[in-house]
Amino acid sequence: MSTIYIMWLRQVKRYLRSRSRIIGALGQPILYLLALGYGLGQVFQRAGQGNYIEFLAPGIIGMSVLFTSMFNGVEMIWDRQFGFLKETMVAPVSRFNIMFGRVLGGATVATMQGLIVFVLSFAAGFRLHLTHPLVYTALAVIFMFLIALFFTALGTGIASMLTDFQGFQLIMSFVVMPTYFLSGAIFPLVGLPTVMKYITRIDPLTYGVDGLRGSLIASNTFALGFDIAVLAILSLIMLSIGSYLFSKIEI
Amino acid sequence: MITVTNLTKKFGGFTAVDDVSFDVQKGEIFAFLGPNGAGKSTTIKMLTTLLHPTSGKIDINGFDPVIHTHEVRQSFGIVFQDPSLDDELTAYENMYFHAVLYKVGTDGLRERIRQLLEFVELWDKKDVLVKNFSGGMKRRLEIARSFLHHPKIIFLDEPTIGLDPQTRNHMWNYIKDLNREEETTVFFTTHYMEEAERVAGRIAVIDHGKIVARGTAAELKRQTGTANLEDAFLQLTGRTIREEEASGADRMRSFAQRRGIRR
Repeated sequence: MSTIYIMWLRQVKRYLRSRSRIIGALGQPILYLLALGYGLGQVFQRAGQGNYIEFLAPGIIGMSVLFTSMFNGVEMIWDRQFGFLKETMVAPVSRFNIMFGRVLGGATVATMQGLIVFVLSFAAGFRLHLTHPLVYTALAVIFMFLIALFFTALGTGIASMLTDFQGFQLIMSFVVMPTYFLSGAIFPLVGLPTVMKYITRIDPLTYGVDGLRGSLIASNTFALGFDIAVLAILSLIMLSIGSYLFSKIEI
Repeated sequence: MITVTNLTKKFGGFTAVDDVSFDVQKGEIFAFLGPNGAGKSTTIKMLTTLLHPTSGKIDINGFDPVIHTHEVRQSFGIVFQDPSLDDELTAYENMYFHAVLYKVGTDGLRERIRQLLEFVELWDKKDVLVKNFSGGMKRRLEIARSFLHHPKIIFLDEPTIGLDPQTRNHMWNYIKDLNREEETTVFFTTHYMEEAERVAGRIAVIDHGKIVARGTAAELKRQTGTANLEDAFLQLTGRTIREEEASGADRMRSFAQRRGIRR
């Protein structure tokens, strides 16, 4: 228990201390929100889909959670060669607890980042249309955390197999960006061409963004319970795979 | 304290460590020398539970690293060649986190941390983030940290690399004092021969995975008929430069240098 806690605490402390990184990581979501939101807003509205900013904001929250958690997971490569993680590899504690604590910490950090984007989206014109805003905001936080958990575990698993940053660009191009663009974060899931429809259905972020949209603007394609179940099961699977890969790390 | 019998490690067809045997007594300062790629790091990794031997036996403080991994890990402290501190945490937090991982009780913990940090002259910097520390300060903190959980053995893998003679000198004084006060056994590697000559009680020289000589510095000099340990070392291991393939850590180091990242 104390191992999980200390690894979690470490991730959170690091995050809160690196203000420049927090602010830096907000640039991209704000840009997407403003450029896409205002750029495509008119087209979206004329197509009869309603307010694009409101549609887009949950997608951009999902995106920033995705980016932060993947980055946090993959950052472990660094940590393993030149950081505190190497210290933990020879400590008399189970590797699973180390990995689990680190993933929980990374997921917490990514959730906080998502919350900041959520608050900022109000400045861009986003409004909640719900009767119980607090309940649904809490539900949205659960979705953010589940997205974060899955992708931090994925990033950590990938990082366990890499020994340097050579593969980092590959991960960005072939995992992170496709996951984002094919998740329905920036377009509606209904009325897609068949191939596209199936691709979006195998993207885990789809269920996260759908859940966020359901909680924040009551516009979801799947049942919210289904979204939660898919994300929870995938997270468990990814945690198992990740901790197996992590336990095999040799320095 | 450390007994190694017929230790062998093969990677595919390549034998990195070949039938190595040696022992280190309690309270001894033992130097493990060898050119790059001789098998030093592989041996240390096996001693510290990070790698499983292909064959042979290791005994660390009465435990086998393969079977009693946790007991062995509890028995030693280690200073790696590359830093293993958390830059975004303070010196005190780095010590505290180590204490939690090694389950050092909270009773008297602050006192213990103070004592060790004062020892390496960092107590007044305890609340400074480690990223603001110089290379030498980081090393001192790592040494203090490695002693925190009262280990029986300390492994130091090239601990003085890149440090100026003043810092090196200070560092060995700390280590020798701790070795005396806490009766900690010290096992270290280095490429600075005069360091080994000055500090180590006994020395083993490994080359191409085999132990080629062992004994005190005086004995090694006598065996090879040389005037200093550097010459004895060259006599024993030859003058050819050993080429090593870059490891993941090496690639990361050059990545960090290219990007100008200060660690």
